[in-house]
Amino acid sequence: METKQTLNNGPAAAAILAAGIGSFAFGLAVCLSQAVKAVANFFTFSVAVGPLAGKTTSSIVVWLVSWIILSLMLKNRQVSLAKVFAAALVLIALGLLGTFPPFYDML
Amino acid sequence: MSLTERELWAVLHGMCLGAVFLLAFSGVMVELWGLRKELVTEAGIQKSVRRLIIGTWTMAVVAWLTVISGTYIVYPWYRAKPPVQPAAAVSASAVAAAEKNDLTQYPKAYLMASPNTSQWHTFGMEWKEHVAWFSPILVTAVAFIVSRYRGQLAQDKMLRWSVMTLFVLSFAAAAVAGLFGAFITKAAPLH
Repeated sequence: METKQTLNNGPAAAAILAAGIGSFAFGLAVCLSQAVKAVANFFTFSVAVGPLAGKTTSSIVVWLVSWIILSLMLKNRQVSLAKVFAAALVLIALGLLGTFPPFYDML
Repeated sequence: MSLTERELWAVLHGMCLGAVFLLAFSGVMVELWGLRKELVTEAGIQKSVRRLIIGTWTMAVVAWLTVISGTYIVYPWYRAKPPVQPAAAVSASAVAAAEKNDLTQYPKAYLMASPNTSQWHTFGMEWKEHVAWFSPILVTAVAFIVSRYRGQLAQDKMLRWSVMTLFVLSFAAAAVAGLFGAFITKAAPLH
């Protein structure tokens, strides 16, 4: 009878936490771009698109790099998924807050 | 009956790609919700996982295409500034529009010109252009986990709930973006 091997949850934790980190990075980029003109100028990778091009591109780079690093760190590990998921939810919530216009307009 | 290039891209971005993502959500969510070992046989789990892999990766690709087309094709037309002083470099149609004080070719400027419509930009568009980007990031994580863990999702409740939560958040972000996209297009359509 074939027995099924249970995979470690490390790679799943890495994907979930990286999504949280990418989301937070995006919220942070939006807030910084709104608050500091030099940052907005830096993020203007495309004149037609404006700072949105840099905010999104930078956040995607942060997301992918953090995913790769976390995947390497956790690939053979079994972690507390509940804790990782809670941390990711906090990061996503902060990221969403950072992209909410009434919030970043206060900066 | 015809569409301009801008209208065509706006339709492709919102009504084709965006709508496909939103419509696919319920089907994939039902599969994820029902993926429990106490409810489904081993053969049923395998079939369900196959549908989930196809569904989540399709949604991930569609989500990326939606935000990329929106940001790099449609959004520049939306935020284009009307020419103040017609110069040689300005196109003939833009000069004609400026002479008529016609801002309908410049949706952002059109919305900002009136206090009755400015919030469609300052709140609606500003939120939409950002919140939409959460969707592909989150659904890509979901697709990866579904592909890697497959039937294990039916046994690991915490993993399944984590995936479902990310998936709902991805949908919520797309829904906010889609809703404001529809309203803004109604208030200031791209021509």
